[in-house]
Amino acid sequence: MAVATTEVQLTSTGPSGLWSWLTTVDHKRIGLLYGISALVFFIVGGLEAFFVRLQLSGANGTVLSADAYNQLFTMHGLTMVFLVVMPLGAAFTNYLLPIMIGARDVAFPRLNAFSYWVFFFGGVLLYTSFVVGGGPDGGWFGYAPLSIEITEVVRMDYWALGLQFLGVGSIAASANFIATILTMRAPGMTLMRMPVFIWMALVTAFLLIFSLPIIGVGLFQVFFDRNFGTLFYVSYAQGDPLLWQHLFWLFGHPEVYILILPAMGIVSEVLPTFSRKPLFGYSFVVFAGIAIGFQGFGVWSHHMFTSGMGPIAEAGFATSTMLIAVPTGIKIFNWIGTTWDGVLRFKTPMLFSLGFIAMFVIGGLSGVTHAIVPADTQQHDSYYVVAHFHYVLFGGALFGFVAGVYYWFPKFTGRMMSETLGKWHFWLMLAGFNLTFAPMHILGLNGMPRRTYRYPEGLGWEFWNGIATLGSAVIAISGLVFIWNLIKSRKHGEIAGPDPWDGRTLEWTISSPPPVHNFDEVPIVQHRDDFWHQKYTEDDDGYLVELEPVSGGTAVLTGPEDHGDERKEIHMPSPSYYPILSALGLAISSIGLIYQPVGFIITAVGMMVALWGLFGWAIEPSQREPYYV
Amino acid sequence: MSEAVVEDVLTGDHDDHAGHGEGHHDMTPVRKAAMWVFLGSECMFFGALISTFLLYRNATADGPGPAEVFDIPFTSASSFILLMSSLTMVLAHHANHNRDMRQARVWLLATAGLGATFLAGQIFEFTEFVQNGLSLSTSPFGSSFFLLTGFHGMHVAIGVLMLLAMYVMSLNGRLNDEEGMNVELVGLYWHFVDIVWIVIFTVVYLLQV
Repeated sequence: MAVATTEVQLTSTGPSGLWSWLTTVDHKRIGLLYGISALVFFIVGGLEAFFVRLQLSGANGTVLSADAYNQLFTMHGLTMVFLVVMPLGAAFTNYLLPIMIGARDVAFPRLNAFSYWVFFFGGVLLYTSFVVGGGPDGGWFGYAPLSIEITEVVRMDYWALGLQFLGVGSIAASANFIATILTMRAPGMTLMRMPVFIWMALVTAFLLIFSLPIIGVGLFQVFFDRNFGTLFYVSYAQGDPLLWQHLFWLFGHPEVYILILPAMGIVSEVLPTFSRKPLFGYSFVVFAGIAIGFQGFGVWSHHMFTSGMGPIAEAGFATSTMLIAVPTGIKIFNWIGTTWDGVLRFKTPMLFSLGFIAMFVIGGLSGVTHAIVPADTQQHDSYYVVAHFHYVLFGGALFGFVAGVYYWFPKFTGRMMSETLGKWHFWLMLAGFNLTFAPMHILGLNGMPRRTYRYPEGLGWEFWNGIATLGSAVIAISGLVFIWNLIKSRKHGEIAGPDPWDGRTLEWTISSPPPVHNFDEVPIVQHRDDFWHQKYTEDDDGYLVELEPVSGGTAVLTGPEDHGDERKEIHMPSPSYYPILSALGLAISSIGLIYQPVGFIITAVGMMVALWGLFGWAIEPSQREPYYV
Repeated sequence: MSEAVVEDVLTGDHDDHAGHGEGHHDMTPVRKAAMWVFLGSECMFFGALISTFLLYRNATADGPGPAEVFDIPFTSASSFILLMSSLTMVLAHHANHNRDMRQARVWLLATAGLGATFLAGQIFEFTEFVQNGLSLSTSPFGSSFFLLTGFHGMHVAIGVLMLLAMYVMSLNGRLNDEEGMNVELVGLYWHFVDIVWIVIFTVVYLLQV
C-alpha cells in the first residue's frame, strides 16, 4: 500500500487531546489507558526486580540495604500483580469484550471510566508512599502481625489503602463486564457461541466479584489495627494473626486464576487463528475454565501448609489442589489438539502462545509438587516457590498477554508490529526468562530462602544466582526491544487493514482501528467463529473452500462519511469528567485517613469532591449530544 | 434474576427489548443484572466480617462479653423496625409500578424514616456499649462487633440517602428515567441489607447470650 494514502485509511477514533482522554467513556480508550498504565508500571516493577537481582548476584551483596530490599521486593510483587497483570487483563477485556460480542460499548460506560480512574489512583497511592516515608515493606501479602507492627512509618497504611482502591475499581469493572456479557450480546450470540476469551473474562469477573470483598475486609482490619486501636491481629490481646492468612489467601488463590484466565483466553483465540483450525474441544475449554473458577475457591490453604492447621485440613487442601490440576490439564491438551495437524503460521503472537503453553506446563508441574504436603513443607518460603510462580505468572500470564498485544495491536492502531523485532523479542524473552527462573528451582531445593536481602559465602549459591542475574539482564533487553517495537510500529508499521491474520471473531469484521461506535450495523451471529464462516466453507472432503465476499457485508467497510444523507442516530454515551472527579475525591479522602486526627479535614474535603462527582454523575444524562452513524 | 434476564442469557436474543430505536437497549435487565452481581459481592463482604466475629466471639480479653452488654429486647425492637421497612419498600415499589406517585412518595419516605430510626437505635446502642466498657479497642470481640455492625449501619445509611434521592427525583418527575438508580434497584439493595441484618441479629445477638 502506498505510504501517501496512509493517513486517509486509518479510521477516526474520536477527538484527541488530554481532556478527551481524561473524560473518555469509550471502552476502547479505557482499554488503551489500562494497557499503557500497565506498560509504565511494568517498566517500574521490572526495574525493582532488576535491583533485587543485582543485590543477589553474589554473596554478601552491597547494592541495597536491608530496608531498601524489603521495599523493592514488596513493591515488585504488588506492582506486577496489581498494576501490571490485572490491568492487562482489564485492558484486553475492556477493548475487546463489547466488540467480540457485537455491542457498541459496555453496559455502564461512565462506571467503566470510574473503574479505571480508581485503579489509576490506587497505583498512585501505592507509589506515593515512596515520597512520604518509604515504600510498603511487609511483602505484597502483608502478613499480620508484621503488617500491623511497622507503625512508625505510614508505608503499610498506603499499602492497605492502595490495595483497597484497586479492589474497588476491579469490583466495579467486573459488575460492569458481567452485566455486559449477560445482557448485551448481539442477536444470535448465544453463550456457547462466544469467543473463549469472553468466557474467560466472565469467569475472571466472577472470581473478582467474590474474592475481592474478602481481602477488603482483611485490609480494613489491618488498617483499623494500625490507626484506630482495634485488636484483630494483636496476639497478646487474643487476636489471631492466622485469620489474616485465611482472609488473604481466600482472596489470593482465586487471584492466581484472575491473573491467568484472561491470558488463557487470549491463547485460545490466537492458536486457532494461526493453526487455521477451530479451537479443539471448545466446550471442554469453556467448562474447564468454569471448573477452575469454582475450584479456585477451595484450595487457598495450600499456601499455609506450614502454619500448623492439622493433618485433616492439610490432607483436604492437598487433595483439592491436586484436583485443580485436572481442568488446567484439560485446557493444555485442548490447545495442543488445536495445533495438531493444523496449518501453522509461526507469527509472533503464535510464538508467544506456544511459549505460554510450554512455560505454563513447567510452572504447573512444579505447582503440583506444592500440593504434596511433606514436599511443600521443605519448599515453603524457598526460591523454589519463587521459580514456580514466575513460571505461571511470567512464563504463563505475561507470555499470553504479550501474545495478545502482538495479535491485536493491528486492531488497536491500524498498523502491524514488526515481525523481525517481534521474533527477537520472543527469543530473548524466552531465553532470559529461563536463565533467570530455572536456576531458582535448584537454589530453592538447596535451601535458599525468599525475602532475604543477602546470603553468606560458601553455601554454593553464587553460581546460580549469577546466572539468574544475567538472565534478568536479558529480560530487560527483550523489554527494550518490545518497547522499541511498540513505538516504531505505532508510527511506521505496515497498514494492517481490517483482517490481517485471517481472523475468526467479530473484531476482525470492522476497520482497524475501530470507529467510536464499533459497528455501523449490529451484527447478527449465526455460528461460533462467525467471521470465519462468512469467509470459508468446507467441501465434502472437509477441505476449506473460500467463499465470495458478500458485497456490502460486514467484511466490506465504509466510513461514516460514505452514508451521505442516510445518517442514522444511535445511542452513544457522551464524555464525562464526573468519573475521574469521583475517583479523585475518594483518593483524597482516603489519604486523610492515614494522618488522623488532622487528616480528617482532608478526608472531609475528599468526601465533598467525591459527592460532587457522584451527584453530578447521577444527574447528568449519559448522552448529551446526538450521535450519527 | 428476572425472567427477562434469564431468557436473555439463554437465548442471546434482545430484539424484544429494543424499544427505543436502533442500538438503544432497554437498560432495566442490564441494571438489575449488575445489581445482583454487586449484592453477590456484598455477601462475601459480610461473610468475611461475620466469620471474623464468630472467631472472636469469646475473645473478650478483660472487657465485657456479649451477655453483659447486649440488650436483647431493645435490639429486637429496632430489628423489627428495620424489617418493617422492607414491607414499606415493597409498597413503594408497588405504588411506583402502578404510577401512583403520591403513594410511592409516602412509602419511600416511610422506608427512609424507618431506616433512620434503626440507625438512631444503633447509635444509642453503641453509646451504651461504650459506657459499659466495650469499645473498638477493648478486645477482639469488641473490634469485630463494631466493625461488623458499623459496616452494616453504613449500608443502611447509604440506603437511606438513596431513598431520599428517590423521593427528590420523584418531585422532579424523573423517578422513572431510563438511566441511573430506580425504585426497583434501591429495593433490591434495601431488602439485601435487611436480610443481612436478620443474619447478624441471629448470629451476633441471639446466639451469643
